[in-house]
Amino acid sequence: MNIKSFTKSKPLVAGAFLVAILLLFMLVGLFYTPYEPNAMNTGMRLAQPQADYWWGTDNFGRDILSRIMEGAQTAFLVGFTSVSIGLFFGVLIGAIAGYFGGWLDEIIMRVMDAMLAFPGILLAIMLVSVFGPGLKNTIISLGIMGIPSFSRIARSGFMQYKQFDFVKASIAKGAGALRIIFNHILPNMVSPLIVAASLNFSGSILAEAGLSYLGLGVQPPDPSWGRMLNEAQPFIMSAPWYVTITGVVITLMVLGFNLLGDGIRDLYDKKS
Amino acid sequence: MKTLKKSFTVGLSSLTVFAVILSGCGGGKAQSDGAANPSASTANPSAAAGGTSNKMEGGTVRVAMSTEPDNLDPYLSAATDTNAMMDNVFDGLFEVGEAGTLTPAIAESYEVSEDGLKYTFHLRQEVKFHDGSDLTSADVHSSYAKLAGLDGKEPLSSKFSAVQSVETPDEYTVVVTLKTVDAAFLSANIAAIVPENYEQQSTKPIGAGPFKFTEYQSGQKLVLEKNEQFYDKDRAPVLDRVEFQFMPDQNSAVLALQSGNIDMVPGVSAQGAAQLGDTFNLVTGPQNMVQLMALNNTVAPLDNEKVRQAINYTIDKDVIIQTVAEGQGTKLGSNMSPAMAMFYQEGLENYYTPDLEKAKKLLSEAGYAQGFDLAITVPSNYQMHVDTAQVIAEQLKPIGIQVSIKQIEWSSWLENVYGNGEYEATIIGLTGKIDPNEVLGRYESTYKKNFYHYKNNAYDALLKQARTEMNEEKRSKLYKEAQKMLTEQAVAVYIMDPSRTTAMAGNLEGFKIYPVQKFDFAEMYYTQK
Repeated sequence: MNIKSFTKSKPLVAGAFLVAILLLFMLVGLFYTPYEPNAMNTGMRLAQPQADYWWGTDNFGRDILSRIMEGAQTAFLVGFTSVSIGLFFGVLIGAIAGYFGGWLDEIIMRVMDAMLAFPGILLAIMLVSVFGPGLKNTIISLGIMGIPSFSRIARSGFMQYKQFDFVKASIAKGAGALRIIFNHILPNMVSPLIVAASLNFSGSILAEAGLSYLGLGVQPPDPSWGRMLNEAQPFIMSAPWYVTITGVVITLMVLGFNLLGDGIRDLYDKKS
Repeated sequence: MKTLKKSFTVGLSSLTVFAVILSGCGGGKAQSDGAANPSASTANPSAAAGGTSNKMEGGTVRVAMSTEPDNLDPYLSAATDTNAMMDNVFDGLFEVGEAGTLTPAIAESYEVSEDGLKYTFHLRQEVKFHDGSDLTSADVHSSYAKLAGLDGKEPLSSKFSAVQSVETPDEYTVVVTLKTVDAAFLSANIAAIVPENYEQQSTKPIGAGPFKFTEYQSGQKLVLEKNEQFYDKDRAPVLDRVEFQFMPDQNSAVLALQSGNIDMVPGVSAQGAAQLGDTFNLVTGPQNMVQLMALNNTVAPLDNEKVRQAINYTIDKDVIIQTVAEGQGTKLGSNMSPAMAMFYQEGLENYYTPDLEKAKKLLSEAGYAQGFDLAITVPSNYQMHVDTAQVIAEQLKPIGIQVSIKQIEWSSWLENVYGNGEYEATIIGLTGKIDPNEVLGRYESTYKKNFYHYKNNAYDALLKQARTEMNEEKRSKLYKEAQKMLTEQAVAVYIMDPSRTTAMAGNLEGFKIYPVQKFDFAEMYYTQK
């Protein structure tokens, strides 16, 4: 994989570009926001975009730009941690099922199938209502929601690689199961897992926005893109920029990660 | 790999579909908010357009209602909206007047004995039920027997608990004897009078009101028609027909009003009102609701009066009214809305003017100079209360109180907060009643749902005295005293009475605002354009 093949793939460039911008946005927000995101200036409610407030203010007179920046942190945090949870447990479960096979595989995969039978966000809503609303529980729920898909990918990879000669050779040399799983097979699985992770990342961010929209995710007054969209909805006529900006940012984020995922997959497909 | 991509696309598109469905639900949610917490930007109490001279006879009013009736039987229904719709079908001995006073309806006059235990009501003659039968004292007797539980069954209304017996000396006289003096009893007589021995109130209700029940189609509409034989010529209906159409989504109700498919939307949001503009008749007024932040008086540090006062000195109610109600609300200082003119204690709304220095001083006197953490529980379906919580969270920061907002479902709010009193602070709107005892009695230590956990013997004694005080003036003085007590001890933070806006077609006139939710269609009429 060299620079040339990287730039050839248009979705990859566009996706990386979008993600990089949003990442930068988030990083700047960690150290600097034009206003304190929760500070209310009630004299300036629903102000239009202007010099003092680049993206206008919301119905409490809070700066929308500052809140979007703070919300970006929430989005990346949720995306990163929930994908990590899903990836870790998903790969672990998938590896066990795929490598050992047999009745263990049957039991594990039927449980995963049962989880997949629920539409992802419904499962997340169910889990959040069990754990209670809030950021931490949202992350855990979305993490659990990601486990089945990662475990399926891992399982199919392990079943495939298990038959390869280099694996058989190391078994013959007396390597243990753990060594084969982590040292020999897993490195070969990196590319499909990265693709899955980046696609899952955008799914998680969208799901968090959905949960927060329903009042189950991030709790007020802390900003979350989904809740902002919900709060903006009644003002769609009087302050159209509020709902537009929030909606566009969510769309760009999801689009960026989807393009990135597609691009990476194309890149690996070509290579193989 | 191809299949992988496909499954993700499917997943994503199903999320998109879900998002579309979500926006649908969102609308529904906004509607229920609208019904409970309306606010509006333009007030136009008696539209200048159209004098009485071009008043039109007849016509149909189509009203968008957000909820379906829970039960058509007036004794079994508990929902405010149902009551407001069906009130046109039923009349009581009295009806609620504009200022919350009682105006005679089926009863022509009444007398109270000197000991306050015996009420004699003289009924109007020639009052007929919708089925053509005469309304006599026997019907009042059977109605009150059901409400008070004198028929040996479960009493249907707690307001009639003081009733010992009901006698009917002749066809048009009813004598009610009470067990104890109950000054609140008179206002209970707005209860619907229903025909004796008629058991189909839940399916085909019959009353003596200005409109007859015609049909109810679940999920679609409830239709009322003019009662041609209505007994009171002064209150006789002008409109021919009233159709309540059930539209859970408020945005679509406003659009329907704009396109002329609906004539009236009760409780529109400020945004909806702004969208409608001047060509529509918008009536805004107080709804006799008390929006407050209840504080649990037994949980530390809120059990300290000084802490509660500090909170009161910090919160700026004007900002809340501006921010969450678009300025359409009346500032309150105690648990009583000015809509209850006779019992309202003026001046309390400015008892705690925002003063951070004073608040800090009170906090340090109480031993919380560094502040503390406070959890505000709010029912998530009421956007107005959630928004209020956000403003309060910001306002309490400067004195060191770190607020966390806990949104919970309405049903768990009712159970845990209202029922069991498990919370620190909560924001809610208490709906209006026409008797002050029902409003202020919520703070009595013996009251089952005293979720403030407020306990004050002096207050209990005051309310007990007020309940048995038959002199209206003295009684109102006692209730005013009680309001002062609540304010001084800072039992809660009393915020506002959010206004309610009803939007109507430009030529629909005569809508009046009452301190209880009531649509008096007998007063309404169309004008010639």
